[in-house]
Amino acid sequence: MEAIIEYQGQLLQGTWVTIQLALFSLLFSVFFGLLGAWAKLSKNIVAQKTAAGYTTIVRGVPDLVLILLVFFGGQQLANQLGQLTGLWDYVEISQFAAGVGTIGVVFGGYMTETFRGAILAIPRGQIEAGIACGMSRFLIFRRIIWPQMVRYALPGFSNNWLVQIKSTALVSVIGLQDVVYNGFVAGRSTRLLFTFMFAVLMIYLVLTALSDLGLRWLDKKYSKGMVRSEDG
Amino acid sequence: MGEAIIQFLETWSPLDVVLIAQNFDRFLLGALVTLQLTGLALLIGGALAVPLAIIRAGKNPYLNAPVWAFTYTFRGTPLLVQTYLIYYGLGQFEAVRESFLWGPILSQAWWCALIAFSLNTAAYTTELLRGAIVTTSRGEVEAALACGFSAAQRMRRIVLPSAFRRALPAYSNEVIFMLHGSVVASTITIQDLLGVGRWLNGRYYLAYEGFITAAVLYLIIVLIISRGFRWWESRWLRHLYPQNAVETKPKKGLASFRF
Repeated sequence: MEAIIEYQGQLLQGTWVTIQLALFSLLFSVFFGLLGAWAKLSKNIVAQKTAAGYTTIVRGVPDLVLILLVFFGGQQLANQLGQLTGLWDYVEISQFAAGVGTIGVVFGGYMTETFRGAILAIPRGQIEAGIACGMSRFLIFRRIIWPQMVRYALPGFSNNWLVQIKSTALVSVIGLQDVVYNGFVAGRSTRLLFTFMFAVLMIYLVLTALSDLGLRWLDKKYSKGMVRSEDG
Repeated sequence: MGEAIIQFLETWSPLDVVLIAQNFDRFLLGALVTLQLTGLALLIGGALAVPLAIIRAGKNPYLNAPVWAFTYTFRGTPLLVQTYLIYYGLGQFEAVRESFLWGPILSQAWWCALIAFSLNTAAYTTELLRGAIVTTSRGEVEAALACGFSAAQRMRRIVLPSAFRRALPAYSNEVIFMLHGSVVASTITIQDLLGVGRWLNGRYYLAYEGFITAAVLYLIIVLIISRGFRWWESRWLRHLYPQNAVETKPKKGLASFRF
């Protein structure tokens, strides 16, 4: 316990990195999810096929493999491209950027499925009513699709987010100093790896419990006026 | 002709295909390790999950609370940290280091990975099965009661068979999730599929080849698994598919892949 107090600075710092990583990658994944859902539901066959390929690959390949590929391969690719075109000199992809980008893209694939299902759950008649009222496509999205899509997507979204926040732990493998990495280093130097890994475990538990609370609040907010048919 | 192809690949392919082909047997061995770890973990985890799910679905608070704490902890934390805790952490205790389990099991990366994976998948499967058990239709249970079934008979003959069916689509996600999770093994020195990829890249100082080969192989395994589950569902869940005269076979299974 004293050891944890001694190293609490590192642990807190690592926790902060983990939180940032999770939140930034969440932004990315929501963006890619919306884009993917839009592509999957569009009439354009190229967009459809691209989105289908995207979700199959990112949901079929383990996230750590993609993180490593982006971190090592992406850097080489960027430099080879730079050399070829002469547009930029040596670039370095930071661990943080590789982590945020990869986790964002991977969970964007899961979000795609969630959002797609949510949009499909909106009764078609409502959208037609919007068209009949002369609403523009953007207005239909903002007033009719979005509020209901959020409601329908929330359960899946919550699930994705809880998996995503745990996935951020993998970025420690490429050396990002997140809570796992810092906890591991501290545990190794004090020879108290169990104590420190247990502390890290508890930190994640707190993070997921807090997210759970937040998601429940969101669920309450967005399901106002909804009558739950099941035992509620 | 063959030489021409090899020369073409050596000079023009962006990936060193020849090197991948030369080391392909290693990748297959790695895939075997991955499948072995995943399969065994699923077996052990599944065996643990059935009694735990029955406890979780029951009303005994003294049994329920510890099982809930177990599933909550394992579902709320990353598999990577759980694996580190077991592999690196247990050695902190002298009692563990001196026990007879230390040498053959607890100091071995493979066993530690198996233990962590099994507990992890047990936690997820428990909650999944619990959900399926509590949604058993009341009428079936009442019918069993009326027939004078004991609690154990009800569970074995009525509740579990239908609960397994209901849990199947979600379980296919769990299986793929576990396969994905098994990459954690490569971080504790195990030469699984990703481990081989990392080894190849490290040895020949490459950036893509090992990871891309591993990624493709993982993708193939996942596609085979989800196909397998679709087939399984088409057998176990046939009664749930829409019936009509023209089309008896469903085009798409209920498998939603994951979540």
